[in-house]
Amino acid sequence: MAKRIVVDPVSRIEGHLRIEAVLDGNNTIKEAYSSGTMWRGLEIILKGRDPRDAWAFTQRICGVCTTVHALASIRCVEDALGVEVPPNARIIRNLMNATQQTQDHLVHFYHLHALDWVDVVSALSADPAEASRIAQSISPWPKSSVGYFKDLKARLQAFVDSGQLGIFSNAYWGHKGYLLPPEVNLIAVAHYLEALDFQKEIVKIHTVFGGKNPHPNYLVGGMASAINLNSDRAINIERLNLVKKIIDDTITFIDQVYIPDLIAIAGYYKGWLYGGGLGNYLAYGDFPEKSVNDPNSFLWPRGAILNKDLNTIYDVDPKDMSQVKEEIAHSWYTYSNGNGKGLHPWEGETNPQYTGPQPPYKYLDVDKKYSWLKTPRWKDNPMEVGPLSRVLIQYAKGDPMIVDTVNYVLKTLNVGPEALFSTLGRTAARGIECKQTAGFMLHFYNQLMENIKSGDVRTFNDRMWDPERWPSECQGFGFTEAPRGALGHWIHIKDQKIADYQIVVPSTWNASPRDGKGRSGAYESALKGTPMDDPNMPLEILRTIHSFDPCLACASHIMDMNGNEITTVKIS
Amino acid sequence: MEKKETFAEVFEARGVKRRDFLKFCSLMSVYLGLAPTMVPRIVSAMEKKPRIPVIWLHGLECTCCSESFIRSSHPIVADIVLNMISLDYDDTLSAAAGFQLEEIRKKIMKEYKGKFILAVEGNVPLKDNGVYCTINGESFLDVLKETAADAMAVIAWGSCASFGCVQSARPNPTGATPVHKIIKNKPVVNVPGCPPIAEVMTGVITHFLTFGKLPDLDRLKRPKTFYGVRIHDKCERRPYFDAGMFVESFDDDGARKGWCLYKMGCKGPTTYNACSSIKWNEGVSFPIGSGHPCLGCSEPDFWDNGPFYTRRADVSFVGVNSNADKIGVVAVGAAAAGMAAHAIGTAIKKGTSESKTVETEED
Ligand code: SF4
Repeated sequence: MAKRIVVDPVSRIEGHLRIEAVLDGNNTIKEAYSSGTMWRGLEIILKGRDPRDAWAFTQRICGVCTTVHALASIRCVEDALGVEVPPNARIIRNLMNATQQTQDHLVHFYHLHALDWVDVVSALSADPAEASRIAQSISPWPKSSVGYFKDLKARLQAFVDSGQLGIFSNAYWGHKGYLLPPEVNLIAVAHYLEALDFQKEIVKIHTVFGGKNPHPNYLVGGMASAINLNSDRAINIERLNLVKKIIDDTITFIDQVYIPDLIAIAGYYKGWLYGGGLGNYLAYGDFPEKSVNDPNSFLWPRGAILNKDLNTIYDVDPKDMSQVKEEIAHSWYTYSNGNGKGLHPWEGETNPQYTGPQPPYKYLDVDKKYSWLKTPRWKDNPMEVGPLSRVLIQYAKGDPMIVDTVNYVLKTLNVGPEALFSTLGRTAARGIECKQTAGFMLHFYNQLMENIKSGDVRTFNDRMWDPERWPSECQGFGFTEAPRGALGHWIHIKDQKIADYQIVVPSTWNASPRDGKGRSGAYESALKGTPMDDPNMPLEILRTIHSFDPCLACASHIMDMNGNEITTVKIS
Repeated sequence: MEKKETFAEVFEARGVKRRDFLKFCSLMSVYLGLAPTMVPRIVSAMEKKPRIPVIWLHGLECTCCSESFIRSSHPIVADIVLNMISLDYDDTLSAAAGFQLEEIRKKIMKEYKGKFILAVEGNVPLKDNGVYCTINGESFLDVLKETAADAMAVIAWGSCASFGCVQSARPNPTGATPVHKIIKNKPVVNVPGCPPIAEVMTGVITHFLTFGKLPDLDRLKRPKTFYGVRIHDKCERRPYFDAGMFVESFDDDGARKGWCLYKMGCKGPTTYNACSSIKWNEGVSFPIGSGHPCLGCSEPDFWDNGPFYTRRADVSFVGVNSNADKIGVVAVGAAAAGMAAHAIGTAIKKGTSESKTVETEED
């Protein structure tokens, strides 16, 4: 008999996500439905504002991937106005972006995803000596003595004995799906705590250049942090030394903690290869070594893969009106010229119209509209975006670092490349990529030093700062690869104001509801076919959904300012 | 019956040395602006009190407050989340999901009736029966009201929960409404900022735990400790403001020498926050320190007080010396001269409305 289960709220994500799943008689997921249950309407709010302010508004779409919308937005406005930024600004942005990726991936692995693989309660029965032996066999990380694990275990025991389990309350401890021995669970708990302490160090690079984190400051035309080796109120040698120290520590942490943990944990789960899903992958690419308009100079290439075929990488052009389109067949919106056709973001609309059940409700009506997310398609294909897409595209293109690392991981785990197309593959790709972006941090730091040494200290191009120099009308596209995948911003500027602004975010690609042809997006299709041990304990669902690193505040902020007439509510 | 530990026991059990515990207590007293004589009181309070449960709800928001919270830099950062409080419900960090998570909320509400803290990140869409934010099929409005009814006090994290923030900027499409306009029968403390500084967040919680009551609040329900003084009054670039030395364009000579950002739109003169004193991310910098004008992100309606770079903050009230007043007038005049006619109208109108906001803030 079919059984329907609901997971809402999905915790350990950004934003509000609901999953409904239909199980067959063997408790295997037959159908899954992904719904974004929040909408903020920023599109309407942006209309008529100064395009130079848009980065700050769009940045507030998400405080987890706190730089990505700002970066996409300034690139978008600069594209519209035809501004090239000085090399230092490009390098600092790349450095901040690499910092974001690295920190975000680390936090995701330990604090949002690890508890899908790690049983905290099981760690209480670990043998500290054995934990120490295992830790020392996989990494030179110094915090690995018997005493360290003994102490941690005692502290964990005291915590559990207090009866106040805090964030670990009422979870799925003891579920059959947890496969790690107690000692590996104990190591993972240690690193959960260490990573929580360390992640705050990485973002200090944002504070140096952007003044704060979360939500560091960006600037259309460059970066606001001036460079002056003869001032203590600008980027000087002390600031640069601080940045370098953080980069060195970050590389060490990723190499000695994250990667060994990932491989150790994956070793126990390599038989659990569910969650592959679509097999279509898309990336806009990022980290320009030259102009942002020159995709050939990107360290992360742009491209698409269809049907898991790594032999063909398709060209992607987000400005081509026929490629990226958004549908609303199952989304709570209407289009003025009919709901059946997808629209490119430059011609897009967002007219909210809620037709779902009135709260409180038990189930969504999934045959009709059931989400605040739209349904983006690339050349009519549902696509997965994110670390797995980027790693596969680089792997297929033969990037030496990625090929080496992926092959090393596959060999160590003794699995073939097909294992990549899975939940575990997605999680492994994120770790591999984190190692790569930690390397990028050093790469861009060195570039910055070289450029400053050559005598170039410029960080800002003022040519188009004054709106009087702007054309009366223009349009632009800006992008980045957010930690969660391809992010695009599209803008129309008219009479020095924002006339139209659209965003298609990574989690919209991944978490979207079905399209007009009834085809699922990445989450829904990844869940299909997964057996559940106990339908009341949705561990398997969380594991696969978390492997995408959902960011729902992003996903439900598709932007467009076309003709929305919204009445303001009276608040008494 | 559950055994409830005191902070001191928890710290000890987690291997935090007594010396570090005392250091933590005295650091907190500095952040809270207390006299050193108060340190023993904090120590004794922390030694005796069991951990208070916290339910942390998320409405319309971007999670930047949670992210800021986990950046807290005092000596025992990992222990804040796990042991200073008992963070029993939090969408962002809780291991449990779905109905198991909702069960925890109900259990805490029942077992700790009137004894838990409700922390709210984000605000409430009132329009259209609340369909713009639902949790487990319930509107966020209902979840908030239900939970607040049993809470001891409510902490409104960030500008969203305090004042409305970005989703309530004109024309506020979802009817996003801050917490204090909905929860009227409980003490509410507003901790604005987009996001608030990490140590301000943990400072507010620690104050509550230590003294068993909310810190002293101003008229906008903000703790006076952290929101009592304008950024401008403690800004390291203030001497340049007073001397009339301004950045005229990003990356110009003045920018490279760290001059005042007033003419680039700095809202420091009208913004109450601790950025120029505590600074960000363990004191590494703050927006102005890294060359960008203050956006005024802890002030009500700051999104509608822009444009960020071209509208000048009203400094006519700063008046610590007449020189500053004069600079303000000259600067605003220069701004107006450079703008198109319609922009002048906007600037003047906005300037007026912001002055009003500022007046109401003053005690
Ligand atoms: S205007 Fe801004 S930069 Fe200048 S002194 Fe005031 S707060 Fe500092």
